[in-house]
Amino acid sequence: MSFISYLINGISLGSVYAIIALGYTMVYGIAKMLNFAHGDVIMIGGYVVLIAVSGFGLSPVLAVVLSMVICTLLGMGIEKVAYKPLRNATSPLAVLITAIGVSYFLQNIALIFFGAEAKTFPDIIKLPALKLAGGELTITGTTIVTIITSVVIVVALSLFVNKSKPGKAMKAVSEDRGAAQLMGINVNATISLTFAIGSGLAAIAGVLLCAAYPSLTPYTGAMPGIKAFTAAVFGGIGSIPGAMIGGILLGVIEILGKAYISSQVADAIVFSVLIIVLLVKPTGLFGKNIQEKV
Amino acid sequence: MKRAKRIFSLLVVFVLLMTGVVACGNKNGASEKGKEDTFKIGSIGPVTGAAAVYGAAVKNGAQLAVDEINADGGINGKQIEYKFEDDVNDAEKAVNAYNTLKDWGMQMLMGTVTSTPCIAVQSEALNDNMFLLTPSGTAIKCIEGANAFRLCFSDPAQGTKSAEYIGEHQIGKKIAIIYDSSDAYSKGIYENFTKEAKNQGLEVVSAEAFTEDNNKDFKVQLQKAKDADADVLFLPIYYTEASLILKQADDMEFAPAIFGCDGLDGLLTLEGFDKSLAEGVMLLTPFAANAEDEATQNFVTAFKDANDGQVPIQFAADAYDAIYAIKLAAENGEITPEMNASDICDKLADSMTKIELPGLTGDTKWEKDGEPNKEPKAVVVENGEYKMM
Repeated sequence: MSFISYLINGISLGSVYAIIALGYTMVYGIAKMLNFAHGDVIMIGGYVVLIAVSGFGLSPVLAVVLSMVICTLLGMGIEKVAYKPLRNATSPLAVLITAIGVSYFLQNIALIFFGAEAKTFPDIIKLPALKLAGGELTITGTTIVTIITSVVIVVALSLFVNKSKPGKAMKAVSEDRGAAQLMGINVNATISLTFAIGSGLAAIAGVLLCAAYPSLTPYTGAMPGIKAFTAAVFGGIGSIPGAMIGGILLGVIEILGKAYISSQVADAIVFSVLIIVLLVKPTGLFGKNIQEKV
Repeated sequence: MKRAKRIFSLLVVFVLLMTGVVACGNKNGASEKGKEDTFKIGSIGPVTGAAAVYGAAVKNGAQLAVDEINADGGINGKQIEYKFEDDVNDAEKAVNAYNTLKDWGMQMLMGTVTSTPCIAVQSEALNDNMFLLTPSGTAIKCIEGANAFRLCFSDPAQGTKSAEYIGEHQIGKKIAIIYDSSDAYSKGIYENFTKEAKNQGLEVVSAEAFTEDNNKDFKVQLQKAKDADADVLFLPIYYTEASLILKQADDMEFAPAIFGCDGLDGLLTLEGFDKSLAEGVMLLTPFAANAEDEATQNFVTAFKDANDGQVPIQFAADAYDAIYAIKLAAENGEITPEMNASDICDKLADSMTKIELPGLTGDTKWEKDGEPNKEPKAVVVENGEYKMM
């Protein structure tokens, strides 16, 4: 019974990683850059909900919507100010370093405005816990909401990218930016939209992360951000189902490693698995194998 | 043109030389200033960051003692100047803070507040032969040198005393432990607790660790404790993680007796924390604000008046006692403000072992190795407040 309970915890943690990983993977697929500030957008999303609910007494649903709006604007703003001017820079490292800079900028801004003290996140998911197997197995409301939300998001996002017009534009830009532009696709608007969606997802991830582990500091987003990036690479960066599977596998490996190997080296186990996967399949589980044409 | 350049460079050299002289002059001035008529006590601790509650309490508790002593005529008739520097619970920042205080002219250090920074600062202080009295640095290495003393129990002492307390008061037999293996404080208590537990006839049924980078999800550790049928959960950790553990244990409907050390102090003042989760939590602490003795009540009233009605925690009492210990030792050793820090250190280190402090945290004497000698006390959370057990 404890195994099942570990497994559910792993899937729940992995679902949060998956939602964060979606942000990384979409931005990488379309803008061909790693947005290392993504984890910190999550943290900002968490603070917005915290202040809206605890400070202004907003209803949780409204607070989440507000948080999504603010994170979306923030993501688009970051792209305009920090990344767009560097899009045609000769070295892809330039924009990578900028992303790390933005990440520290957001953390320090949060330190100034919210202080470094850990704040307890309000209990916003008020679903009763599910009891199975005669009360031996308890699944909390937060876990259920987290898992369902992540499945809904992945399905919706896949439909959006494959069926809708802006989604197809995204795919076109990701395959060949120059050709897409020649076909009349507005590349700037498409990249902007990608950042908007990614950051909106970050807000949701922030809420779910803080609901599961209700302690919020300016560094809350940093470690999950790195893990989710790992998950995105694990699943094959650029692939939406890959991010989902990668995230969930990562969460499950982390929890099971903690439970059955050692609670002290849980993170080391996670990253070792990543190394092994990349050795066997360098593009990740669902990564496309693109052959260079000579 | 060349000539002009030469004159210009000579001028630059001259100006530089002059600034050098002036700077030296200033420096002399500064050390003259150091021979002022006041004792300079420095203090270091976190007033921002995850352990901010501790640092703020120490700062305010010490300030209260300093104000009282100054109003009462000071130490040996001389006033005290007190200066506090933030270290964000970081060893590197603590050493920087120590150097800042030294530039200020610090003669004695009351600090640092937390263990890891204290170990770093203590080795600097040992090199300088600076007197150090930590109110709450519990790691053994915090007071390795002959210059260093502490007011609280060390980690081993806390671990041992906790096991003794659980054994003697029969709180439970099957103990589960969750500790932070990346933190010297937590690991130190854990190791000594397990040693003493055997002597007390306690069985450690599960001992699980976590690290600084993985300190949010404790369901696995809790599940293991639950599966092992633990009736006591021992948490030698800080309150931020403990608040998450209490919440997750509640979600799992796992309700063992919970016992912790001074790191849990601060749980009740954590912003937004649901205090009902902490109900029944026991912790080893030498101070409870609602104890009925006169000394405690006077201290609490004065502290509240000075800090917008805030109730002092153990760390405030530790710091308050530490300042009075310095006063007592300074009077015993007959030190004066014009002595340099190293001479003061030698005298204080000698007289610390001779004094007996009737402190808020218990009547305390000091051993030669810098460890305090006093009775352990524990409190239990009842209706959101500490109650002496």
